[in-house]
Amino acid sequence: MATKKLTGAQAVLEACIAEGAETIFGYPGGAIMPIYDALYDYNDKLKHILVRHEQGGIHAGQGYARTSGKVGVVFATSGPGATNLVTGLADAMIDSTPLVCITGQVFAHLLGTDAFQETDIINITMPVTKWNYQVTDATEIPGILAKAFYLARSGRPGPVLIDITKNAQIQSFDYEGYTPCNHIRSYRPKPVIRKNFIDEAVALINNAKKPLVIFGQGVILGKAEKEFKKFIEKSGMPAAWTILGLSALPTDHPQNVGMLGMHGNYGPNVLTNECDVLIAVGMRFDDRVTGRLDKYAKQAKVIHLDIDPSEIDKNVKAHVGVWGDCKETLPLLTLGIQEKDRSEWLKVFADYTQKEYNQCIKEEIYPSTDEMTMGEVIRIVNETTKGNAVVVTDVGQHQMVACRYAKFNETRSNVTSGGLGTMGFALPAAIGAKFGALDRTVIAVIGDGGVQMTIQELGTIMQTGVDVKIMILNNEFLGMVRQWQQLFNDKRYSFVDIQSPDYVMVAKAYGIEGAKVEHRKDLQTAIETMLAHKGSYLLEVMVGKENNVFPMVPQGCSVSEIRLK
Amino acid sequence: MDTNTEKQEYTITVYTENQVGLLNRIAIIFSRRKINVESLNTSPSEIAGIHRFTIVVMESRDVVMKIVRQIEKQVEVLKAYFNTNDEIVWQELALYKVLSEEITEKVKVERLLREYGARAVAIRKDFIVFETTGHREETNKLMKALEPFGLVEFVRSARVAIIKESSGFHEKLKDFEKKQPSEDVIENEYLGKREAVFTM
Repeated sequence: MATKKLTGAQAVLEACIAEGAETIFGYPGGAIMPIYDALYDYNDKLKHILVRHEQGGIHAGQGYARTSGKVGVVFATSGPGATNLVTGLADAMIDSTPLVCITGQVFAHLLGTDAFQETDIINITMPVTKWNYQVTDATEIPGILAKAFYLARSGRPGPVLIDITKNAQIQSFDYEGYTPCNHIRSYRPKPVIRKNFIDEAVALINNAKKPLVIFGQGVILGKAEKEFKKFIEKSGMPAAWTILGLSALPTDHPQNVGMLGMHGNYGPNVLTNECDVLIAVGMRFDDRVTGRLDKYAKQAKVIHLDIDPSEIDKNVKAHVGVWGDCKETLPLLTLGIQEKDRSEWLKVFADYTQKEYNQCIKEEIYPSTDEMTMGEVIRIVNETTKGNAVVVTDVGQHQMVACRYAKFNETRSNVTSGGLGTMGFALPAAIGAKFGALDRTVIAVIGDGGVQMTIQELGTIMQTGVDVKIMILNNEFLGMVRQWQQLFNDKRYSFVDIQSPDYVMVAKAYGIEGAKVEHRKDLQTAIETMLAHKGSYLLEVMVGKENNVFPMVPQGCSVSEIRLK
Repeated sequence: MDTNTEKQEYTITVYTENQVGLLNRIAIIFSRRKINVESLNTSPSEIAGIHRFTIVVMESRDVVMKIVRQIEKQVEVLKAYFNTNDEIVWQELALYKVLSEEITEKVKVERLLREYGARAVAIRKDFIVFETTGHREETNKLMKALEPFGLVEFVRSARVAIIKESSGFHEKLKDFEKKQPSEDVIENEYLGKREAVFTM
């Protein structure tokens, strides 16, 4: 290919096009101006979404990556623009979300001089990026961006930050085309699969009387939903999910036994401590899942499938660690395992589900009180969408309720901030989620606390006209903290009483239709109206002030000590 | 003694690309877990362009294994090993500055040099600099011996270590350069041996 002159800024955009990153979320500023200047001429090939805050930009990038399965791209300027990305980077790091963030930086000759809007973003973001790199010369750009996209998406995905000094953006150089990266000698995205561990795992499963499969986002990230389904179906094993594994297996699958962890379902938590073989697939034994670790599944032989070798034996020691991409390891296991009927074992789960339904679920989704509950809102959403919507949640009580009760038919339908628990995630993430799945209905379920953290992104919705349904479940409290204060701090409600603006008026100010529901009789119609509305819509639902999320594994307790009330 | 939970000295050897900022990436793996690094040395390795870190920590085997995996996870790290002291040959270098007047008058310098295997690397009218190499106890001994005679400055290098069982990195590097690395590159020798290796 003949060389042509390009500026560093143009080379950045060429890389985005070559990588198929046609949607970019960003915010301009001094040090990234050359890239924005170049963007002016790339309007036909790249869609840039102007957000209202860089944190909103990166959460949108995350939402986009989660629903589309592609790498999210985020632009921000130096200094405060770059530091505003940090929360999103930490969130993407802990939730393994593929992102390439491009930040502008002061001129190379000014580095280290405390120049205007200079910040050492490389060192600031080192613990919260899979990889980061500072470019000071334009000739590096094609190679570095190829590496950035490759690292973000391959192996265990994660966020990559590339900091580009202003001189490198301006500099012209001989552009020789874009070559995608597919190998870095010091980086091994997938560990070698060892046959002996596959064999050992197969033998354990075949001898198991009460096996339990627990799965996380690895199934989705590995695009291995089909392989996973075949694996559990062949030998009839019950499968329970972590919050990020949600939607990898349809909710109504007969072997889907529910959610793990602190606010998970009764059966999978209690029976974790009764199963004889625990098969963990693409999950990392977070403390919210395991509860007290020294009382976690001690009776069980543990098989752990993970693409990241550092996850194996990190929290829970594996008897058999199956390193590798689960898209490759699951079929190998499926091949070896015997077909079995485990209906008796599944019946045990069903009995627990019934108990939980009677004591917890029924009252939550069909409440007998006057106050509306979050659970009934989600139930009506399920009935209206038939489980086909993407549900984006924020962090707190509504998140737990939504994840517990939302129904999903399709994978990549649940977008939430799992590991980091970032309040303010949902509104911008829902914007990104919609851009990542334009043909799907996207519903953001948000609490009255979280929505106020990034409410400025209503401006992004206004300007782009993106169709996002916003449901604020307002209990006039920072509900999850209030629940803990009630249960563990003698009801000393310290700074959890949070006031809200008139959300419908706020939405109106941004040109977004909205309504508020205070009585049950209006709920169903309101939800139907919201979903039928063309374009964005904000629905505020007043729910019971002091409702608690149950079941609950109190902190420091074993999963088998889960409380139903 | 339980080798998995009992703390002892471990020497971590890391082969890396030569990249700005990598030192920091490795350092924060320790600092995030509040683990003190006893000594750290970076140097070229037997292969041009490949760097070698030698890091000494006082930790349990369990913790060291987890750290080594976190180190290996870094994009620019090729391989990390960890070894106990009996698996390596190691040295540290120490320099001692003493006043010439003091030392020549009060000490039989030649006996000192012979006894501690020291060398004089600088001899001036006003001061002398001695050098020893060895394990910490050995370099400490000379420090103790010189202290009464007004030791002006003392400095000791980080540990450098050679792994006894290692056959170098040349062959391994060839494996890394292939798109599909060989099994040798990915070592999971302890997997599936939980009872033998781990305790909870």
